Amino acid sequence: MFTIVRREEMSEGTVVLNEIEAPRIAQKARPGQFVILKTGEEGERIPLTMADTDPEKGTITVIYMIVGKSTALFGQLQVGEGYTDVIGPLGKPTHLEKLGKVICVGGGTGVAVLHPITRGLKEVGNEVVCIIGARNKGLLMLEEEMRAASHDLRVCTDDGSYGHHGFVTDVLKEVLDDGDAKLVVAIGPVPMMKAVSNLTREYGVETMVSLNPIMVDGTGMCGGCRVTVGGETKFACVDGPEFDGHLVDFDELTLRLQAYLEDERKCHQDHCNIRDAK
Amino acid sequence: MAEKAAKKTKNPRVPMPEQDPKVRARNFLEVPTGYTAKMAQDEAARCLQCKKPGCVEGCPVGVDIPGFIDLIAQGDMTGSIRNLWAKNALPAVCGRVCPQEIQCEGKCILAKKGDPVAIGNLERYAADYEREKGTGELPPVAAPTGKKVAVVGSGPSGLTVAGDLILKGHEVTIFEAFHKPGGVLVYGIPEFRLPKDIVAQEVNFLSRLGVNVECNVVVGRTVSVDELFEQGFDAVYIGVGAGLPRFMNIPGENLVGILSANEYLTRANLMKAYKFPEVDTPIPIGKNVVVLGAGNVAMDSARTAMRLGADSVKVVYRRSREEMPARVAEIHHAEEEGIELFLLTNPTRYIGNDKGRLTGMECLKMELGEPDDSGRRRPVAIKGSEFEIECDLCIVAVGSGANPLLTGETPDMQLNRWGNVVADEKNGKTTKKGVWAGGDIVTGAATVILAMGAGRAAADSIHDYLMLGW
Repeated sequence: MFTIVRREEMSEGTVVLNEIEAPRIAQKARPGQFVILKTGEEGERIPLTMADTDPEKGTITVIYMIVGKSTALFGQLQVGEGYTDVIGPLGKPTHLEKLGKVICVGGGTGVAVLHPITRGLKEVGNEVVCIIGARNKGLLMLEEEMRAASHDLRVCTDDGSYGHHGFVTDVLKEVLDDGDAKLVVAIGPVPMMKAVSNLTREYGVETMVSLNPIMVDGTGMCGGCRVTVGGETKFACVDGPEFDGHLVDFDELTLRLQAYLEDERKCHQDHCNIRDAK
Repeated sequence: MAEKAAKKTKNPRVPMPEQDPKVRARNFLEVPTGYTAKMAQDEAARCLQCKKPGCVEGCPVGVDIPGFIDLIAQGDMTGSIRNLWAKNALPAVCGRVCPQEIQCEGKCILAKKGDPVAIGNLERYAADYEREKGTGELPPVAAPTGKKVAVVGSGPSGLTVAGDLILKGHEVTIFEAFHKPGGVLVYGIPEFRLPKDIVAQEVNFLSRLGVNVECNVVVGRTVSVDELFEQGFDAVYIGVGAGLPRFMNIPGENLVGILSANEYLTRANLMKAYKFPEVDTPIPIGKNVVVLGAGNVAMDSARTAMRLGADSVKVVYRRSREEMPARVAEIHHAEEEGIELFLLTNPTRYIGNDKGRLTGMECLKMELGEPDDSGRRRPVAIKGSEFEIECDLCIVAVGSGANPLLTGETPDMQLNRWGNVVADEKNGKTTKKGVWAGGDIVTGAATVILAMGAGRAAADSIHDYLMLGW
């Protein structure tokens, strides 16, 4: 078993942080890589990009939003309990290089994934501007951590309850207009990554996105995570999870992410009904 | 003698009792239900006990076939399984999934005049008897040598290597990337053809002998081959399987509703998605299903789709029936269960709706032309023969390439141009010192028994290395 040593709730309880004992993975993992987690004999294998690792303590941290039955089951696990299975580190790590000015854009739980990458980009000597957004102030996550990981943090909320009133792309446009940006890293919901990529294309600034498609094994075996990048089919689990945002077919990705929507809805509803009945 | 032989050949082969096709096409229980003791002994009595048995030559691991059959005929089931174990660590598996018709049974002298001895069925009987009613007594293990071996992958070749080396007194650890051991026996071959309890029992047998099984370790990611040596392993065996699904590379392949057979079968078998929503992993349920390819994996996919409630399941294959690579028994079972074969048919593109979901595919009719490199007649498209097949689920079972995850992280181990590991045919030695490889990662996608044969040879070579040197 992979024991949970720390559990926190964020974003008004919709998002859960788990720090998990997984010494082998903690030793090896680098920013941008993901793990697959599973709880129980009949659990589903869920890929999550790591939000942090502590090689000395031998722990990894994942942060996830409760969206279906499997994440609901994850969310019920308490400190001292744990995951039956944690597999990783999987995927290619982020290429961290000193480029000059880089802009990190995060939305929703994507901010959790963006955090170690932002920190890494700062550590190698980049000037890092960070833009994070959420629907409202209560849902905003890791603000202080992101402030520490960057040189300049900008915050937006869709409803204007905190920071800039509007989308991350509004602020991104301002920062891009300042010039000199060498790289944009965008991680968040697919519509956000698509909007960011469309915007940066106009500016000709290289843009990297991190994808989280449906997958089973995470080792290149099933091909469920196929994405079209620059007209070619790639497997996000082994060729990614990071890709050139200007080349990703986001519309196809959106449709593929909906493959099991009906099943998931039903499964989650059944689960909630049973739980509530208890 | 001649008279006795003549009499034996006249006894017909004892048929394997099976679930009725109409019933089994909608359940996941094993299709053949197994011989009774009487059936097994009657069938065993048909064996002519040839002095130069062709069947043994036809067996990739050289099982003493007349020997184990004679013991069944005499009613000594324990003796029979001991005899099998001497050459084959997984008889319950091989009795069920080996392509006997092109191996042992294909070489049986009785095959020339009629039906060969049902060697596979008898092997299965001996193994099942041991599992259900046997003594459970373990074979003797040699004194500890103090040597440590890492086996990467817990499929048929890895299990064979582990079983052989533990008996020789070495310390053996199997590393498995998935959360459950068994490799293709667990994620690939369906429950109705190879019950997972049997695989679990085979693995458990190795654990009882002292093999450590560590799941959730992706060698190449969690730990590298070189790190295994640093951690004190003296030798490493790589049996990771093929594990990179091939697609058709025709337009529309990323529509929702098109899955690799690897994904479809992994969901159904390893994740038990056929029980969804009782379990948490979903699987697409097709109304009209098309399976591309005609090997065992294609048959497994087609029969799984039928069991999950499809109205129609079509196997689409560009060559003719003769070239179908699947076991004869699998094709026969599939057809009995209502699966249609669309032979000499090649898909050219997938058709989808505005939701990005598969609704059909366009195919071309083919005819056979001159033989190609493989010696099989090349299928040639018939001009203007385009037609559409309606389908909402397509399972692509056109083979697997070499997964680069481990090999890509092991730069000093030579690969061939297809990315398969270069290993000595006789002993499985790779170009990297202390590292052996076998099974599909060396040969490309093949059979369980060939992988086991490679494992057997590598285990002997590893033992020599550990005791004598490279």
